Amino acid sequence: MLTLLGAGFLLLLALSVLGATGRAPRVMFLGCAAAMGGLGLVGLIGLPATALPFGPPWAAAQIAVDALGGWFLLILALVAIPSCVFAAASPAPPRAEGAAFPLFLAGMALTLIAADAFTLVLGFELMSLASWALIAARHATGAGRRAARLYLGFAAFSGVCLIGAFALLASSGLGFAALRAAPPEGWRAGFVLVLVLLGAGSKAGLVPFHVWLPLAHPAAATPVSALMSGAMVKVALYVMMRVLLDLCGPAQPAWWGLPLILLGVTTALIGALRANLERDTKSILACSTLENMGLMVAALGLALAYRGADLVPLASVALAAALLHALNHAGFKTLLFLCIGAVYSLAGSCDPDRLGGLIHRMPWVAGCAMLGALSAAALPPLSGFASEWLLLQALIQAFRVSDMSVQLIAAASLAVVGMAIGLAAAAMVRLIGLVFLGRPRTPRGAGAPDATGLMRVALLLPAGLTLLLGPLAAVALGLLDGPIRQMLGAQAAAPRFGLDMALGDAGSRYMPGLVALLLALALAGIVLLVRRRSTQAASRGPAWDCGFMPPPPHLPFGDPLSQVSAQGLGQPIRRSLGDLAIAPREWHLAQPPGAPSAARLRVEGQDRGFTRLLYPLARGRRALAREAELLRGLSLRSYLALTFGTLVFLLALIAWLERG
Amino acid sequence: MAVLGSILTQLLHIALMLAAAPLLVGGVRWLKSRLMGRRGPHPMQPWRDLLKLLRKRPVLAEGASIVSRAAPYLALTATALAAALVPSFAFGMVLAPVADLLLIGGLLAFARVALALNGHDAGTPFGGLGAAREMTFAVFAEPALLVCVMVFAVLIGTTNLNTIGYGLSDGLVGLRVSLLFAAVALVAVALAENARVPVDNPATHLELTMVHEAMLLEASGRHLALWEMQASLKLLVWLGLLATLFLPFGTAAPGSGPFAWGLGLVLWAAKIGLLALALAVFESAIAKMRVFRVPEFLGGALMLALLAAALIFVSTGLA
Repeated sequence: MLTLLGAGFLLLLALSVLGATGRAPRVMFLGCAAAMGGLGLVGLIGLPATALPFGPPWAAAQIAVDALGGWFLLILALVAIPSCVFAAASPAPPRAEGAAFPLFLAGMALTLIAADAFTLVLGFELMSLASWALIAARHATGAGRRAARLYLGFAAFSGVCLIGAFALLASSGLGFAALRAAPPEGWRAGFVLVLVLLGAGSKAGLVPFHVWLPLAHPAAATPVSALMSGAMVKVALYVMMRVLLDLCGPAQPAWWGLPLILLGVTTALIGALRANLERDTKSILACSTLENMGLMVAALGLALAYRGADLVPLASVALAAALLHALNHAGFKTLLFLCIGAVYSLAGSCDPDRLGGLIHRMPWVAGCAMLGALSAAALPPLSGFASEWLLLQALIQAFRVSDMSVQLIAAASLAVVGMAIGLAAAAMVRLIGLVFLGRPRTPRGAGAPDATGLMRVALLLPAGLTLLLGPLAAVALGLLDGPIRQMLGAQAAAPRFGLDMALGDAGSRYMPGLVALLLALALAGIVLLVRRRSTQAASRGPAWDCGFMPPPPHLPFGDPLSQVSAQGLGQPIRRSLGDLAIAPREWHLAQPPGAPSAARLRVEGQDRGFTRLLYPLARGRRALAREAELLRGLSLRSYLALTFGTLVFLLALIAWLERG
Repeated sequence: MAVLGSILTQLLHIALMLAAAPLLVGGVRWLKSRLMGRRGPHPMQPWRDLLKLLRKRPVLAEGASIVSRAAPYLALTATALAAALVPSFAFGMVLAPVADLLLIGGLLAFARVALALNGHDAGTPFGGLGAAREMTFAVFAEPALLVCVMVFAVLIGTTNLNTIGYGLSDGLVGLRVSLLFAAVALVAVALAENARVPVDNPATHLELTMVHEAMLLEASGRHLALWEMQASLKLLVWLGLLATLFLPFGTAAPGSGPFAWGLGLVLWAAKIGLLALALAVFESAIAKMRVFRVPEFLGGALMLALLAAALIFVSTGLA
């Protein structure tokens, strides 16, 4: 097993050298796919704790693949394989990107298999830096570079917070076994919670540290975007689970879950809302990732709260919701990103106002995208519904906690999650409707070819996974017994009953396979019944275009203004909820009566994360810099006094800390 | 024997729902006409329209894709499955274990998304506009529905509709203020989901206000027939849901015989008739509201549902 793991890693590292030469990108990407396949296999089998022959000077680095790490390793492999195949089907990337791609994969895998804090942070930082390099390699200047710089700032921040968290945890050693043996208590536990939420939460895009995600994810190349959205945020979720649920031990209080629930549902709402307001298709998908991460973190918070309240069966429902949704989201988000990437490379645009009607020219891509979008909209019997059903049940069952504040928070969270799910459905309908349905808006889009060869394979892999995960959700849930037992104790089990999901023997049940079968039967019956009475073949006629005149010959697809735009579709939601997420501004440039030119409506919005968090921070930094400038004019004596004072302060601090 | 009975009731129930749905729409139309002093069409008119539409050749718009052909079938399938799960004259039908309230909500959402995609398909401005409005209303309707489900889960302990309905019909729960609030919230959600009067007017094709009809403008022939059937079935599902949750008396218990079924059928027809009459009176008495007032209307429903949940925690959760 170790040889397989080692071979996978060496392959990834060797490929990063190969990628730098820029000669054989296709071989490199297919090699990455093979290596990730091997790592996924290791994730299924597991690996006992092993010390590596190298590491930091005080102890050798340790790796292990337990049930939790294995589950996430499997998710990583399922995202990475289609992404690598898609990358192999795309034109060769710039050299730096070719080199950073395998490093990115290796960083994520290293985080997941680490069995001590040092290796985990090392992998996390490798992942952050390599993903920054992947964005920066595409954009030497401009908005993409600014997004990369912002991302680097957030990555550094999350690294610092994580190192701080582990420093607080590691009183007796860095190995996970040693950390587990000495769980934190009191103020130390509280600080660990805050630091992990800041460190892993900013990587996962939790509010208010979500601002970088909708900028950075779309700025990268398509396979990298898919990896960042499908897998990298899950690595952050894994770190949260590992530290809060596993390493901090079962003795933590129930209120630990509440900040996670609140941050999670807020993120879900803001992300789903922004997905309805974005104009760029990749940004829509990135915002939808925010929504899904929010749901997963809320489920994790529920699991923490229930475990603290000694309701282990409910905790396992919530934990199963988080883990299963991570897998489902990996499937449909990879699929959607690769579909939009295929649209970008074949129809030449990511702007929905320049696309449209692609279902006629690219039926494969459109079919795959619809499957992914319907899953993301949480519609039964597709995959997204199963995990969101578990989450909703976990929220609904909160009345079993005797504490009324928890009950009320759960009821409010249920409402917010319901709203987020509705918004996600609206965003997915908008995406599909703008890009694939309707009429083409540009000649380039009207003449786009369908995905073929390797690119089609790359789309069909996650499509097959998404299709299977819907009716067979309970089978996937069966794989979750391992992680749930590891986190919640030997008597816990995944909430399932044969091929169904079930809360206890007599409780609520969802039977995904049976529902799919019933739908298929009903569909066949209805088609037979209708076809028997109505036998005439359909004919074609011009659409009733709201009284618009027939288009002139220079507009072969009709008047583009007579088709609804991205902004127009988002308008009802922007007017009713928009200012929750963004600070919108509108200009209505009306013409005087009788003027022949059209009136214009300009709408701009900026995320509240910028106006409330980043701009004040930047102002603070500038003020601090001005103050620091004053230090340059000090005399030598003052400099020496400053140095002496600092030294005394630090020594006093150490003495005080040692005493405590 | 009990299994046979449950299969038989299920089949009878499905046949009843399919037959009664257009009749319900026709009945509401007739009642509204009478209330407005008109004679009104015969209640069987929707059935005649459906049969007529099925005979006609469907015309697809030039830009229409496979979505326009497949969406009506898929939407009707999902709605029909939801209709098969909402009990009418008897509890304990063979599909009762499937009848999860969240699943019913999901199936109706499936039909809604199919309808919205159908609206986008031809690439006309109205379709897109209607789809955007429909999805926006759902954003407010879904949380209200979910919180109401939570209220019932607190009372009965599960989200299975059959168990909830049977538990309520036992009279164990009694009259509660929180149930009243939940009822008002669910009625508001039902009005919005079925495009009824304060939200949308099912009788007009007025451009400025319409939501549901805007997405069907390009449908014709059998496709239109399927959409009409879907809409009427959805109305019946919602009225049946309200009847099961708030008027649960009289429905035949699981494993009971044909006499109890007959009684249940009569009472079910009476309940649905009562709700239809209430709908007709309400729709005749009230004006349609502006589109951007609808989120406020549904937001009020959400607040009422949350209030119901809070009240139920106060009254039961302190034990």
